[in-house]
Amino acid sequence: MSELSWWIAGACVLAFAIKLSGYFVPRSVLDSALMTRVAATLTVALLASLVTMNAFTSGQELVIDARVGALAAASIALLFKAPFLVVVIAGAAAAIVLRATGLAA
Amino acid sequence: MMPGSTRELLTPATRMGVSIAIATGLYGVSFGALSIAAGLDLWQTVALSAIMFTGGSQFAFIGVIAGGGTGAAAFTAASLLGVRNAVYGMQIKQTLRPRARQVPMMAHVTIDESTATSLSQNSLAERARGFWTAGLGVFILWNLFTLVGALLGESLGDPAAWGLDGAAVAAFLGLLWPRLKGMEPIMIALAAGVVTALAVPLTAPGMPILIAAAAAVLYAVLSAKRGEQATEHGKRQEIDGGMQ
Repeated sequence: MSELSWWIAGACVLAFAIKLSGYFVPRSVLDSALMTRVAATLTVALLASLVTMNAFTSGQELVIDARVGALAAASIALLFKAPFLVVVIAGAAAAIVLRATGLAA
Repeated sequence: MMPGSTRELLTPATRMGVSIAIATGLYGVSFGALSIAAGLDLWQTVALSAIMFTGGSQFAFIGVIAGGGTGAAAFTAASLLGVRNAVYGMQIKQTLRPRARQVPMMAHVTIDESTATSLSQNSLAERARGFWTAGLGVFILWNLFTLVGALLGESLGDPAAWGLDGAAVAAFLGLLWPRLKGMEPIMIALAAGVVTALAVPLTAPGMPILIAAAAAVLYAVLSAKRGEQATEHGKRQEIDGGMQ
């Protein structure tokens, strides 16, 4: 098994263990306003960080390219309450069109 | 209750569960295709959907790999994003009071969709139906469409030529969007974005997302102490309300 496969296996096992912990860890640990708050804040921050990474970075450089157009197209689709798959397709289409027309790299 | 009767099969909870399963399952196509584009092979992709089975963490894992991050960074980002599932498990256990032998299966399908479907119902029986319909429904369709997407991804070739990098950006924004209710989450999201952008040129690939996560936890802990009473009171009511 490759190194990446081991990390995948580990992450899979841990994901299940985390789900299971909700059923076994005493209520006092998880059932606190703080735990709920940390989990909610963490989720928003991680997803926002992933949006930034995928839209504006290439390796260790910050770049502006066709993916910014994908971000804009996805935002518009979401404002119009489009379903998830439509949002994803809008992002892909914007990137394709911007590159095909030479408007962005 | 009449098991198997049409009356039980088509309750509001099962209908909601099925529609959520179809909507969510379909975008398994995008996960499958993006995972291949990120450089994972077919089996690694299939394993993530079958065993990890929590969409946000799966996207996070392949997102970090696609950005040049290490397996360790992808592992950490995916695991941190899965922490909310522990909170869901606690809520589901409190509400449905499952038998011990049901717990492993329940835990596996404890995700955003099954929890939301279950907790939005009004009776205990409906909550159980909602949980299982959404949980098992999403599991089956998500895995099926992951496989379709992965096979599609393998035949596509160059990811950028098909706009798959743009699709990834859109997918992450689509996962984030429903959580941006109110001013605070929007500010947290913007701050996390800025922290990430600042950290990218300065740290190793995969690190910026972990720095943003650490900053978020620090903020959550420090700001909770300030306003603890109000938050706790609100939470208490919500939980009591959910136990009728």
